[in-house]
Amino acid sequence: MHKHTSIGKIILYVVMTIYALLTLYPFLWAISASFEPLKEIVSGNMSLWPKQFTFANYQYMMGTSAQFPRWFMNSVFVSTVGTVINIFLNTMAGYALARLSFPGRQRIYYGMLSLMMIPTQVLLIPNYLILMNLGMLDSYSSLILPSAINIGNIFMMRQFFLSFPKDVEEAAEIDGLGRIQVFFRIVFPLARPSIATQAIFTFMGFWNNFMQPMLYITTPSKYTLTLGLQSFTNQQAGVRWDHSMAASVISILPIVILYIIFNKYFLQGVRMDNEK
Amino acid sequence: MMEKETVAGGKPTRPKKKFDRHRADAIQAYSFLAPAFLVILVFFIAAFVFALYMSFNKVNMYNNQYTFRGLQNYAEIFKDNIALTALKNTSLFSLVVVPCQTVLALIIAYALSSKGIRFKKLFRLIYFLPTLTSSAALTLIFMFIFNVNGPVNGFLTGAGWLTKPINFLQEPQYALKVIMVMNIWSTVPNFMTVYLASLVDLPDSLYEAAEMDGANAWQKLRSITIPYLRPITTYVLLMGIIGTFQMFDQAYIFSNGSGGPDNSTLTVALMVYQYAFGQMNTMGYACALALFLAVVIYVVARLAEKLNGGNGLANN
Repeated sequence: MHKHTSIGKIILYVVMTIYALLTLYPFLWAISASFEPLKEIVSGNMSLWPKQFTFANYQYMMGTSAQFPRWFMNSVFVSTVGTVINIFLNTMAGYALARLSFPGRQRIYYGMLSLMMIPTQVLLIPNYLILMNLGMLDSYSSLILPSAINIGNIFMMRQFFLSFPKDVEEAAEIDGLGRIQVFFRIVFPLARPSIATQAIFTFMGFWNNFMQPMLYITTPSKYTLTLGLQSFTNQQAGVRWDHSMAASVISILPIVILYIIFNKYFLQGVRMDNEK
Repeated sequence: MMEKETVAGGKPTRPKKKFDRHRADAIQAYSFLAPAFLVILVFFIAAFVFALYMSFNKVNMYNNQYTFRGLQNYAEIFKDNIALTALKNTSLFSLVVVPCQTVLALIIAYALSSKGIRFKKLFRLIYFLPTLTSSAALTLIFMFIFNVNGPVNGFLTGAGWLTKPINFLQEPQYALKVIMVMNIWSTVPNFMTVYLASLVDLPDSLYEAAEMDGANAWQKLRSITIPYLRPITTYVLLMGIIGTFQMFDQAYIFSNGSGGPDNSTLTVALMVYQYAFGQMNTMGYACALALFLAVVIYVVARLAEKLNGGNGLANN
């Protein structure tokens, strides 16, 4: 019996290692190319370890290229503002649905639930026209406003508040705090784990979003990172792999850093959407 | 405590204090919901009604004219060769990607959750990388490794499996396959995490009992883990179908929006985009296509749910 388990374990390790290598393979080549001169990349016998190691691609992206740092900052701006708004609106809505009784609560809850079934494609076309009529196309608000809430996250917060101890609010009210104060000064901080999970996935959603910027943004100086990355593919003279790989690596780094810092929140929030 | 359980509005017999509390509850609730509701009203409800309305009209963007044409947009779908190509590509894509991503996710999750495995955190970090990466960066990286002078061709020719490099990006017979590989590779970690979350709840006693009977890792996977995870598998299949049928970013970036080479990477979502924003008078038709896609996804997902749910679950 003991022999069985150890052979089984070796097989598991082999499977896991092979899959880890498969996962790393594209990243390793991308990182490698980002440190190589173009000449070496397109030579046809590029090696994983650069023969001629260079920082020139990163220097170009962060310095010489006027656009790229701008795109990076646009992504930082849109993702941060979008996430902060989401946190407030989703948490407030989730709290109301879970903790307050008011006429129409059930109806609103089920109404939202059914709205979740509408696929993005259906809403994309009318939203384009709505934003056009609001005069918001080609602005950061076109990226933030339609995504200012997330119904899935509202439900996650509702779920969280359903199991939230009631005496917290009652005790705070006895201390003479008003309802709004109770919410922002007592409830909000106590909900931090759920809010953190929500914040990370919302930020990642904004950061990695491609479809909305592609549709709504036309001025290159307003591009987000993803849109900027895509613009590498339609260069006349072929794709500059050296620059585009450095840009890709830079665009991934912030999220990887977030992942390492907030690891536990990532695992709590196994998200249900799969829009890649 | 009790007053929160009852519906607001107040019976006349109720003390004044409770009634006030209900009113205050309702006022707070409505003001907390108002901003979210406004966004939902404009960008979800109005948008959906608008899409429905457009799908019954011919929309001319030049002069902003809507001409009612009933169900004609929907009827056109079945006569449209491009739509049929897109539907064929998307179905094929889904048919290959969904089973692969589900099986791989399950195997990796099973390995990761096995007892006594070390470096779990490191493995998980590595596996999670594709989920963290934007579709734009992923697609660019895959285009790089699959380009004519790229590492994949270098590997295949170096190993002697190819005599000359293949242009994976521009050959119609390969382009969609590259996107399939990329999509499987990028979605497995997501589903793996879903499986992992529920494997945590699998009671150890089940495995221990099987070990007593001399079961090996494979037998445990087959007779305990897979049946136990069946409800989760249904969920993973549903999400996989929904995701693959809506696949847009990767195909768009890969083909620069054209669905090429030779319409080989034209997915339904990409075609909807082309009809809506590539031409000036087919936006109504694009809305009909998008709604049609929604119905297709719903039907296929329901079918998969039925098939998986009504299949051997009772035996366990």
